[in-house]
Amino acid sequence: MSKILVSATVNGDAQQFLCEPGDSLLDALRTQLQLTGAKEGCGSGDCGACTVILDGRMVCSCLVFAAEAEGRIVATIEGVADGSVLHPVQTKFLEHAALQCGFCTPGFIVAAKALLEHNPDPTESEVRYWLAGNLCRCTGYDKIVRAVMDAGAQLRQEQRPASERTTA
Amino acid sequence: MNAPENPSRFRIVGTRPVRPDGIDKVTGKAIYSPDFAAPGMIHGAILRSPHAHARIRGINTRKAEALPGVKAVITGRDFPTVESLEVSLGEGSGNILHTSRNCMALEKALYHGHAVAAVAATSEAIARAALALIEVDYEVLPHVITVAEAQAPGAPIIHDTVFTSGLDETPITPSNTSSRFVIADGDPDAALAASAVVVEASFSTQPVHQCYIEPHGCVASFNADGQAQIWASSQGAFMIRDLTASILGLRQADIRVTPLEIGGGFGGKTTVYLEPVAMLLSRKAGRPVRIMMTRDEVFRASGPAPGTEATVRIGAAADGTLTGAIIEFTSRGGAFPGADVHPSAMHALAHYRVPARRVTGWEVVTNTASTAAYRAPGAPQTVFPVECCMDELATRLGMDPIELRLKNAVRPGDKGLNHLPLGAVGFVECLEAAKAHPHYTAPLGPNQGRGIAGGSWANYGGPSTVELSVADDGSVLVVTGSPDIGGSRASMAMMAAETLGLPYEAVRVTIADTSSIGVSMATAGSRTTFATGRAVVDAAKEVIAALRDRAANIWGAAPSGVEWRDGAAHCLTGDNAGQSLSIAQIAGRAGQFSGQVSSVVSVTSPDYLPGFAVHICDTELDPETGHLRVVRYTAVQDVGRAIHPDYVEGQLQGGSAQGIGWALSEAYSFNSAGEVENAGFLDYRMPVCSDLPMIDTVMVEVPNPGHPYGVKGVGEVPIVPPLAAVAIAASHAAGVPLRHLPLSPDKVYAALQSRN
Amino acid sequence: MPASAYHSPSTIEEAVALLVADPAARPLSGGTDLIVQMRAGRFAGTSIVDLKHIHSLSGIRADAHGFVIGAATPCTALLDCAELVAAWPGVVEAANLIGSVQVRNRATMAGNLCNASPAADSVPALIAAGATCTVVGPGGTRQVPVESVPSGPGTTSLGQGEFVSEIHLPPRPKGGGDAYLRSIPRTEMDIAVVGAGVALVMDASGICTAARIAIGAVAPTALLVEAAGAALVGTAIDDAALDRMALAVRAACRPITDKRGTADYRTAMAGVLARRAVLLARTRSGENA
Repeated sequence: MSKILVSATVNGDAQQFLCEPGDSLLDALRTQLQLTGAKEGCGSGDCGACTVILDGRMVCSCLVFAAEAEGRIVATIEGVADGSVLHPVQTKFLEHAALQCGFCTPGFIVAAKALLEHNPDPTESEVRYWLAGNLCRCTGYDKIVRAVMDAGAQLRQEQRPASERTTA
Repeated sequence: MNAPENPSRFRIVGTRPVRPDGIDKVTGKAIYSPDFAAPGMIHGAILRSPHAHARIRGINTRKAEALPGVKAVITGRDFPTVESLEVSLGEGSGNILHTSRNCMALEKALYHGHAVAAVAATSEAIARAALALIEVDYEVLPHVITVAEAQAPGAPIIHDTVFTSGLDETPITPSNTSSRFVIADGDPDAALAASAVVVEASFSTQPVHQCYIEPHGCVASFNADGQAQIWASSQGAFMIRDLTASILGLRQADIRVTPLEIGGGFGGKTTVYLEPVAMLLSRKAGRPVRIMMTRDEVFRASGPAPGTEATVRIGAAADGTLTGAIIEFTSRGGAFPGADVHPSAMHALAHYRVPARRVTGWEVVTNTASTAAYRAPGAPQTVFPVECCMDELATRLGMDPIELRLKNAVRPGDKGLNHLPLGAVGFVECLEAAKAHPHYTAPLGPNQGRGIAGGSWANYGGPSTVELSVADDGSVLVVTGSPDIGGSRASMAMMAAETLGLPYEAVRVTIADTSSIGVSMATAGSRTTFATGRAVVDAAKEVIAALRDRAANIWGAAPSGVEWRDGAAHCLTGDNAGQSLSIAQIAGRAGQFSGQVSSVVSVTSPDYLPGFAVHICDTELDPETGHLRVVRYTAVQDVGRAIHPDYVEGQLQGGSAQGIGWALSEAYSFNSAGEVENAGFLDYRMPVCSDLPMIDTVMVEVPNPGHPYGVKGVGEVPIVPPLAAVAIAASHAAGVPLRHLPLSPDKVYAALQSRN
Repeated sequence: MPASAYHSPSTIEEAVALLVADPAARPLSGGTDLIVQMRAGRFAGTSIVDLKHIHSLSGIRADAHGFVIGAATPCTALLDCAELVAAWPGVVEAANLIGSVQVRNRATMAGNLCNASPAADSVPALIAAGATCTVVGPGGTRQVPVESVPSGPGTTSLGQGEFVSEIHLPPRPKGGGDAYLRSIPRTEMDIAVVGAGVALVMDASGICTAARIAIGAVAPTALLVEAAGAALVGTAIDDAALDRMALAVRAACRPITDKRGTADYRTAMAGVLARRAVLLARTRSGENA
């Protein structure tokens, strides 16, 4: 059983890593690339703590073979902020106290950012169903939903021409 | 005592700053148990029993040891012999022998998933492959899963060392009924016989798992000289140290436990499962060893809270005044005794004045995972039947359910759980706030029902140690031993900054390892903001006194002539009257004195107060399918004083959501072989985001005079009322009493069919 | 999760050859069932044949003969095809009830079919819609109705080296409407306790001229209940016809009691959900008159 050499773009950087045929993308990100932000909460696609973006679509990285990443584009929680500037979803999670233990938070932030790129003005119900694949046991989801909706509002504001923006 | 300070003067307490560990947690930088790696680390894995109950006749590990890459294999025989010993774990007590046997079986495997051997190898894959090479010779024994099976005549006896405790006469034959606990007051039989109304009904709750999203995990490094390090995610680093030392016969000072970030606990991380195993593997291998549970292992071998079957009789006079209550319940303890029967009995009626009562709790051991603490351990299981009966009592009496509760609510001065008069408790204030809330009188839609329920939790104090020091530039460092499970770094910094008169950002908080700070009990029992917070405030006051002394020395004034205000010393008398020295100016002159100003404070705070809550729940029923949905939810709670209101609200919301899950969807499923059939999030069914509405919160503030900022524990109470609030709402929507949780669609449908 | 090899062939022929060469090899499209099963210890040491690099297996083609959905097309991609959403909303909705968004971004209808769970959400909807699939293998290519693929829980009628390459849906008939509804204890992230798929055609006078009703999770495989469809044909789908339809659905149920629901509940719910799905499909037929 020989190892497979995989070349992929991860958070904008060209990366290479070695994996076994049965390794998950989550294993490779965490152990080969030291990107430990994505977490394994279940290993069966039920908790969403390992959510990453693969070629523009969010997936559970525990349900992707590492070898499948060859030639593909992967984005993880570590690439959500622009350098030291937090993404509005991250800022709003902090402002709304949308995390307690924080273990599920990377998965929620990646999923919420994907939602707002897909649907910039979601209803509460749309937020809740989009995030149904991300489990949180601490918060009861209330503050998470509020943070995501507020981040959406901020992103919509930022995307309007400067002349239309309210100065709040 | 420390009277609460005037809240109108607070600059920081009651505000909502961003938590100091926030950026690490929203960017993926925070280090939880699976993220930590020690140099040279290898990987452990645990072989678990495929049988619910089996005698272990022998274990052959030779083939596993021979697999290339395997560095160590251990079994129960590698554990030292320990005496049975009761120790305090923070949220209840534990027995070291049982804890050791739960970490690894010796004579018998007691549940499907019970650890029987462990391997450490150069990769996780090799370790798991080696497990398959271990040959265990099992004699499969008949098993018992339910209370009825465990108590049936001729049932297999799980422990021949367990004799029912708490009986008038100690029995001479071992039993699966491990204990009885009774609280009695007055003559409840006579009281019920004389009551105008008596409600009697039977109820059941299922065992439920804490469902922290981070599985258990640790890294252990055990050197030949007996010194060791453990890095772990838990609610208490000292708890891990002390239990591991007791189980392995080591000196506590030889084990240094470093707390990693913790991905949820809810009581489930107040014991050890992996650490002693990782230590023994590390000692054999001479390398640091990491063990991470899979989710499957978490469900099979850790937690849960016990499920309980209860019968309640409760009576009232015609005006609604409670006359007496008789409660008998049985809790399913799992593989070892220790199933919260005591707190279940204590909390059942703790929020009401009941002149005559008899509460009898039984604990039964079963071939299921050993139970662990879960948020307000034991209280939800008995408050649920009591609150459902209170609702039926209100209906029978034609009374408003809040009025009935107001009539009987405990008040300051009433006798509390410890038979001492209650202090500043706020149950009445919670009931009044619930009554005034728009939710309580909002119209209901078709097929909707409303439930209200109350409840309480005793809370706790316990020991905490804090070191507070002032750097040369006047910034402040706070070191505690209390793991931050949900924002306590923020509340500690806020209390320190408030006391010192400094900006929030000028205080930084670190959670230290067990060799770097004095003992602190686990983050459990709703104690951290209260007890560790008090140590923080006391340390800040000592530091202020020292800073004042130095300022006085600089000015040549008497310390009594120096006032500390707004983060600076102000000279009130003498030549320098009117002058001030900031904390930075004083700290910068540390060289003139005996170095930096610092203070170490260890406190044990007995003056905690219980918390009370009232929840309002609206459910909507699909009468054709039995599906229930919570459409509106409001949690009202006496929080003493909210240091950081966001994180207090978060506790109310999170506890409510867990209680809703317990009421509607969470349960274990066992097959006829005694195996857990739903050891995963897919079929265990904790609530997902789309299952819940927003959870409205009302923070009633009745400050605790025993805490400098009025803090009461807030974390545990919120899971106490929801089981009843949901079940009462559902019963009203369905027009039939629903008393057996979870209220799954098939069960509700069957109840609707039996009504028709 | 031990696997012996990972292959990513670029043609169907190559994929078939790999599957024939290694009887233990498993085809991979979305992997949302396969990887979970491997992690639970099934298919230990298997080799993986990833179908996603075969160009023709990804994407949706629409023409006069209907729709061709490549076997490696994820469920969420169905939502991006407006013609498919307009023609077969019940099928698209069924496929987009599976798991979470994360799962549906990987999971495929072909995988849902070949995993052969009796509770698969997309299968009753596909059966009701009259879907067929292309099976490729060492013996060549064959077209079969989707309901012939699962043969029991976890087993299929596919031969050694065979896999499903495409799913075909007919064009939507004038006056046609479809729907799929399921019962789960939560609102998302559950396996169907019962599922009901309906496709029907209403004529201009409001009479049902054709109806196919399929139910899931009430037998070892999803069932096409012909008697239930027949109960609606020739009627205006009045209460009496709905009662006859629901009776036929319940009569066809052969459920088990398991951790997800009791047999009695499943049978009762099959009737309730089929009734609701028929009414939804009828409403949709009006939008397509």
